[in-house]
Amino acid sequence: MINGFIKLLLFLLLGEMVSYLLPIAIPGAVIGMVLLFVWLVIRDEEDSGLVGFTTLLLRHLSLLFIPASVGIMVHLDYLAREWFAILAAVLVSTLISIVVTACVAGSAKPGSTPES
Amino acid sequence: MASLFDHLLHLPLTWLLATLAVYKFSLMVQRRANYSALAHPVVVSAAILVVVLLVVGVDYEVYFNGSRFIHLMLGPATVALAVPLYKQMRVFRQRWLRLLGGAVLGSAAAVGIAVLLASQLGASREILLSMAAKSVTMPIALGLTETLGGLPSLTSALVVLTGSAGAILTQAVLVRLRIIDPQVTGFTLGVVAHGTGTARAMQYSLEAGAFASLGMGLAGLVTAILLPLAVEVFGFL
Repeated sequence: MINGFIKLLLFLLLGEMVSYLLPIAIPGAVIGMVLLFVWLVIRDEEDSGLVGFTTLLLRHLSLLFIPASVGIMVHLDYLAREWFAILAAVLVSTLISIVVTACVAGSAKPGSTPES
Repeated sequence: MASLFDHLLHLPLTWLLATLAVYKFSLMVQRRANYSALAHPVVVSAAILVVVLLVVGVDYEVYFNGSRFIHLMLGPATVALAVPLYKQMRVFRQRWLRLLGGAVLGSAAAVGIAVLLASQLGASREILLSMAAKSVTMPIALGLTETLGGLPSLTSALVVLTGSAGAILTQAVLVRLRIIDPQVTGFTLGVVAHGTGTARAMQYSLEAGAFASLGMGLAGLVTAILLPLAVEVFGFL
């Protein structure tokens, strides 16, 4: 468990370092994710410590969003003023994104059979 | 007594404990509501905490100081997404071009149309910046909006809104498009509705859930790489 935690933090640190050196602003955590992915592919074996801690962390992912989300109390005036633009933009873009994603990902799949 | 209460209100421990307790309660609410996308634990928890903070008159800074420990775990959680992504590798190898294409175009459509439409409707710069990162999984969205200069709390509200909208709309839209392939349905749910969509897909089947987590990871990855690039090249914000 602790090993898994340390591993995640090390890859995060590595990602932050690469992010600092890159000319474009990609979050360090995302680069850390890519580096860990590459490392897993190269190693290609079960890492129980990492999987254990990861499972715990991802199962309660929602919890981690709460502190940032409560910050909405500082910006309630934005929501009150611009709720229509926000709602319209989110709904329309989500609808179009659904159609685009499904059509591209599901395009010309041979032998696609209906399943439950 | 009043001073003891006041003392507790400014203790970081109080808000760390409150966040965990409210989260636990919101999980119960979600179970009671049959996992409806409307009873999202983040929405329920944030709503309760905002009301409590406003009622007792505690500033967000004080609250955040206490719950910072939880917030700090977002970074490791983002890195941890590599593990489910790695587990879906085999699936990905078979159809990688279509899936990658779907993630790239679907994410681009979600970001581009949202920002364009919001700006046409007269949204302010802060909203636009926070809007740009809304269509990916929360840890990536919060990292992105910080690097782009949006407001993390606003982005977080938009991420939850997008996730709920996507989870509710996807099934209805795909039925109209006559798409019933569980792999495509799952993947679409992951791309447009990230965590909320993945949870929904898991309810359909494990197969759909696996594709959803793949979609969520891919969409987050391509957006995190392409969005800062687009901002750099076009300077559209």
